[in-house]
Amino acid sequence: MTYMLWNPIRELDTLRRQLEREVDRVFEGYRSEGPLPTPWGRSLGRYPLLNLSEDKDNIYVEVLAPGVGPESLEITVVNDTLRIAGEKQPLTGIKPEQFHRSERESGKFARTITLPVRVDGDSVKADYKNGLLLITLPKAPEAKPKQITVNVN
Amino acid sequence: MSRETTMPTQREERGVTGTREEAQTMTPAVDIFEIEDGLAVVADMPGVEKDAVDVRVENDVLTISGKAVSKECGDSLYREFGLTHYFRQFQLNSHVDQEKIKAEMKYGVLTIQLPTAEKAKPKKITVNIS
Repeated sequence: MTYMLWNPIRELDTLRRQLEREVDRVFEGYRSEGPLPTPWGRSLGRYPLLNLSEDKDNIYVEVLAPGVGPESLEITVVNDTLRIAGEKQPLTGIKPEQFHRSERESGKFARTITLPVRVDGDSVKADYKNGLLLITLPKAPEAKPKQITVNVN
Repeated sequence: MSRETTMPTQREERGVTGTREEAQTMTPAVDIFEIEDGLAVVADMPGVEKDAVDVRVENDVLTISGKAVSKECGDSLYREFGLTHYFRQFQLNSHVDQEKIKAEMKYGVLTIQLPTAEKAKPKKITVNIS
């Protein structure tokens, strides 16, 4: 015979997991208008942060990557998956006791996202300026909107 | 480096009219460390042009500000960051030689060198043994 004892630790753990699921659900597919109060406001541990936009012909991915040497950036596209990898160089030659503040993070990073449409992987462009990386991904011909002419009889 | 503000509190005192746009500012992440002849401040400010960054020291307060510009085009599908003004102030506790402040902007990272004024530098005192 087994006794089901009330275990407050287990109860808390269950609650925590429920809350995490709820938070994940709320933030999934979150759409926002206008600027956010901080560039790191909704990071939730994701790095680098990015914005996604589109027009008729292209998908644009803007990536926040200050201090990332353009030569360290690796951008790859496979089908509808975009991978951005690189390294933010740490400050060198400074001893820990010299620091008053150390808030900037550094190191290698990689992030993979799924694009909303198929893109033409051969003609992807990437520009790095002022710590912002702008990737322009032309949509695959089958993903572009087709204009249909209405015939009037 | 005892006190800092992340909102533009001194703007009005300086006679700079506040705008609605500046009401919402971003706080850049910084590293501050001692160098041979003073302090160095390194701040992440992605999206700020070299000419759009403003670094000043007034009454021992270091102010870093700059307007970030997004190159985003098309219709937004998904957003994780927004770019507005960066603003951050630090109270300096040593006398900074304002003439020798150097600031450099590279890859969206601002590096400022704040050399200590000659009069505030430590003087070496030789102990005489008699």
